[in-house]
Amino acid sequence: MFATLAQFAPDAAYVAPTIDWHALAPEIIVSVGGLLLILLDSIKLERAKPFMPALASLTLLAALIPVITLAVDGSARSLFDGTYVVDSMSLVLKALFLVSAYVVVLLSTNYVAEGDYWESEYYSLMVVAVIGMLVMASARDLLMIFVALELLSIPAYMLAAWRKGDEKSNEAGMKYYLMGVFASAVLLYGMSLIYGVGRSTRLDIVAENLTRIGDGRGAPIVTVAMIFVIIGFAFKVSAVPFHTWAPDTYEGAPTPVTAFLAVASKTAGFVALIQIVFFCFYTRPDIVQPVFAVLAILSMTVGNLIALRQTNIVRMLAYSGIAQAGFMLAPFAVIETNRDQALRSIVIYLVIYAAMNLGAFAVIIAIARKTRSAEITSLGGLFTYMPGLTVAMTVFLASLAGIPPMGGWYAKFGIWQALVGGDTGLGYALALIMAVNTVIAAYYYLNVSKTMWFDDAPDGDVTPVKVPFGLIGAMGIAIVATIVFGILPGLLTDISSFAPVPAAFGG
Amino acid sequence: MKSFLNDWGLILTIFLPLAGALVMLVIPKESEGGIKTLALVASVASAVMGVLLLFNFDYDTAQDLQFVVDKSWIDLINSRFILGLDGLSLPLMALTLFIVPLVIVYSWKHIPDPGNPKAFFALMLVLETAMIGSFLAQDLILFFVFFEVTLLPMYFLIGVWGGEQRRYASIKFFLYTLFGSAFMIVSFVALYFLAKAPSGAALEQLRALGGQYADMQAGDTLNTFSIQALTFSGAAGIAKTTAIVIFGGMFLGFGIKVPMFPFHTWLPDAHTQAPTQGSVILAAVLLKLGTYGFIRIAIPVLPVAARAWAPLIGILAVIGIIYGALGCLAQTDMKRLIAFSSVAHMGYTMLGISTLTAFGMNAAVFGMVAHGLITGLLFFIAGSVKERYHTLDIKRLGGLLISAPKMGWILGLATMASLGLPGLAGFWGEFPAILSAYEPAVGLNVALFRTLMVLAAVGTVLAAGYLLWLYQRTAFGTPSEEFADDPNITDVNVFEWIAWTPIVIAIVVFGFFPGLIFDVAGPAVDVIARTVGG
Repeated sequence: MFATLAQFAPDAAYVAPTIDWHALAPEIIVSVGGLLLILLDSIKLERAKPFMPALASLTLLAALIPVITLAVDGSARSLFDGTYVVDSMSLVLKALFLVSAYVVVLLSTNYVAEGDYWESEYYSLMVVAVIGMLVMASARDLLMIFVALELLSIPAYMLAAWRKGDEKSNEAGMKYYLMGVFASAVLLYGMSLIYGVGRSTRLDIVAENLTRIGDGRGAPIVTVAMIFVIIGFAFKVSAVPFHTWAPDTYEGAPTPVTAFLAVASKTAGFVALIQIVFFCFYTRPDIVQPVFAVLAILSMTVGNLIALRQTNIVRMLAYSGIAQAGFMLAPFAVIETNRDQALRSIVIYLVIYAAMNLGAFAVIIAIARKTRSAEITSLGGLFTYMPGLTVAMTVFLASLAGIPPMGGWYAKFGIWQALVGGDTGLGYALALIMAVNTVIAAYYYLNVSKTMWFDDAPDGDVTPVKVPFGLIGAMGIAIVATIVFGILPGLLTDISSFAPVPAAFGG
Repeated sequence: MKSFLNDWGLILTIFLPLAGALVMLVIPKESEGGIKTLALVASVASAVMGVLLLFNFDYDTAQDLQFVVDKSWIDLINSRFILGLDGLSLPLMALTLFIVPLVIVYSWKHIPDPGNPKAFFALMLVLETAMIGSFLAQDLILFFVFFEVTLLPMYFLIGVWGGEQRRYASIKFFLYTLFGSAFMIVSFVALYFLAKAPSGAALEQLRALGGQYADMQAGDTLNTFSIQALTFSGAAGIAKTTAIVIFGGMFLGFGIKVPMFPFHTWLPDAHTQAPTQGSVILAAVLLKLGTYGFIRIAIPVLPVAARAWAPLIGILAVIGIIYGALGCLAQTDMKRLIAFSSVAHMGYTMLGISTLTAFGMNAAVFGMVAHGLITGLLFFIAGSVKERYHTLDIKRLGGLLISAPKMGWILGLATMASLGLPGLAGFWGEFPAILSAYEPAVGLNVALFRTLMVLAAVGTVLAAGYLLWLYQRTAFGTPSEEFADDPNITDVNVFEWIAWTPIVIAIVVFGFFPGLIFDVAGPAVDVIARTVGG
């Protein structure tokens, strides 16, 4: 085994890699910010507590600056022998992670301060999870992907159980943790097999080796390994039939954490899938395509059908998130014929999904300040006493349902385009199944807006409640993003018009 | 002036109502007068732009797109912001611009429960923008966006301000339409990938569009959503069976909107439960999005498939005519009866379209406008009757000519127009459509279409039956005891006069001068009919 490792470093002498500090600046800034948060907390500066969210926000926004300068610079950078790539796709994703996390901090500020929570640790854990996500967006190496995944998952396990006196929150954290660890084990086993047959941890080399094996010796192991890896990630992105943890975890976790899990954490899971499938497994579409077609069809159909029956809005969003994950899994099934478009459509979907879903959670948190409940019926009559929130929620729901001019339509359109553009029977079938599912989904999204607009307040209490500034800011960001991406999708497609393989090294 | 209109005419016509809706957001809820004035000003401003366009439109080249706006929009998928006005769009744009201000005037004293004029008018203005945009968009994706944007405002108009079953009706309306449009968009995307540049004369036309098409060779993939370019392509390079399937997706999208039998079941519910204003807009404009979509997109873009589908469309159209008429005869509610009559009337329009001839499609365009005016007026009257009698149960009504004679006479005119009395607009929508089925496009089954013609003609008899029956039971006789001395039952008030008079005048004018529409739409549908060999 040592010999195989050594074959990539034929010169015995160790040469320190040249490090592109600019490319790593976002990760470094967030790491420093995370350490600073821990430090401030551990020297027990009680007075520093109110500044924790501000410091976390500043860290995240500061990290956005190098992301922007890198994007302006525009050249794809490849570090550490091509195991770490900073190109336009990874920059779009990093910006997405940073902005989503910033919005989650806005959502959390009042929620965490007013409840009985550990405040400082909350923010330091969240920032640490963001480091994992940033690394994930660039990782092109099995080990690095795994480390990034654990780095973002472990803080999330703890955050899910943050309402420590609440049984449901404990259940949420426990379920999430056990399922997550189980998934990691499956994933790691798959990865070790991949390493065994692929003879490297670098995705591009593994890809070559997998092609070379083809149907020859080791073919069954390749199949098993790929399926194990895909299943491991299927847990993370809560694809059916590996979704069972998601609704309980989402319902039990503190709502801002749910938003974080549903958006940032899920996106990170998808990014990991993208890295592995689009940069490594794509050479074996015969295995990848059917697996993803099954996952996609099951996720969108089962997720939607169960979402129809939900009475709790957070659970409904959890199931709808499963269905939306199904939409995002569909383009993987046309990877052979339409790889570029499939990749783009997934990334664009992730960006728009983050905007509209975070917005929906922001409104739910704002409303829960009054109703103290997440039951859909408790939203009755909202239009009569808080019309602003009602309109905002309607925008997000309409976007989730895919109604123009809200961003969701373009996200769905992109997927359709990728599927139909693949010009395979499987692609057309998925496009049609997705069309039917879009209509099913519209029903339960509309059902919520129906309750808000058409029904009466359940207890006749129609006093409006003050919405804190942080929540308004979060909703503002989400609503602007949702509508602007819907009316001018060009803004999004221009910055994400990347091809999957950077010129630096042909996969 | 002309150059200003060339650059801004269509954009302002579309977006002035939306601008009004946005301004409305900052007006305080209490200032009802300000809200109503703003709504009227925004819709009238848009109508004024429309009138300017009508005066500057070059009627000699009505088949060409005029005042074209072509800007880049979503480069990655090569979808552009293309607007244009030709003889096919013009009557429908004019209809929209004509009806919406009248609806707003009517609403002056008729805001349905539970009030909230701010939201009511804001939604209506958004709806207007979406409707005009749909008629002017010349890019499939742009069209799709406008087409879909009509859904939410209408959903809320029905759901918040509607009748007792409004929750059910609004969601049914929404889901039906969304179901169709989900398949429609898949068809659009398939066209994007499959349509190729044509050969021969069509290639020259395509190249003349310039831009990316200038150097196209026959057989190059178009990768475009431009309706014009796809029309010139005429589905070149798409296998017949594929084209038929793609047409099927569009058929669902547009057919549900029309609505064609058997997708019509959302319509009676939506119409009956919608507030008067919602019913009027739904009948007058929204249903036309479906028929317009067939003429503008489905048929010229997929001519071969259209010929394959034409017999089925014709058969469903005639089933719609007969079924709608029989449905009308079974109704006890005035509004529901008018709603079912829409199914029948849209059947004539679809029959005209299914012949794939210029004559038939021209009749269809006229039918759309005529139905918009007449059924719009009928729904207005039904709304006013409901407001006075608090019921639309035909059994309990009666003697309208005694208790409110002027309204009774206007109802009389509207029913006569609806049953297709010569001299009123309805005749020119119905009669030529039936006649066109005598000689469908070359290659279509003549015997089948002549049978359809006879059945459609029987439909007019049924139409006369249910409309006269309706008129007789509501207007003739003496008022029943419960309403005999009801002080609420007053004659037409001033807002109703302002809203209805222009429609009545239009019905009569178009009845005597049908050329006003035939001559405008004629050249445009001629070109389309030629692409399908009609």
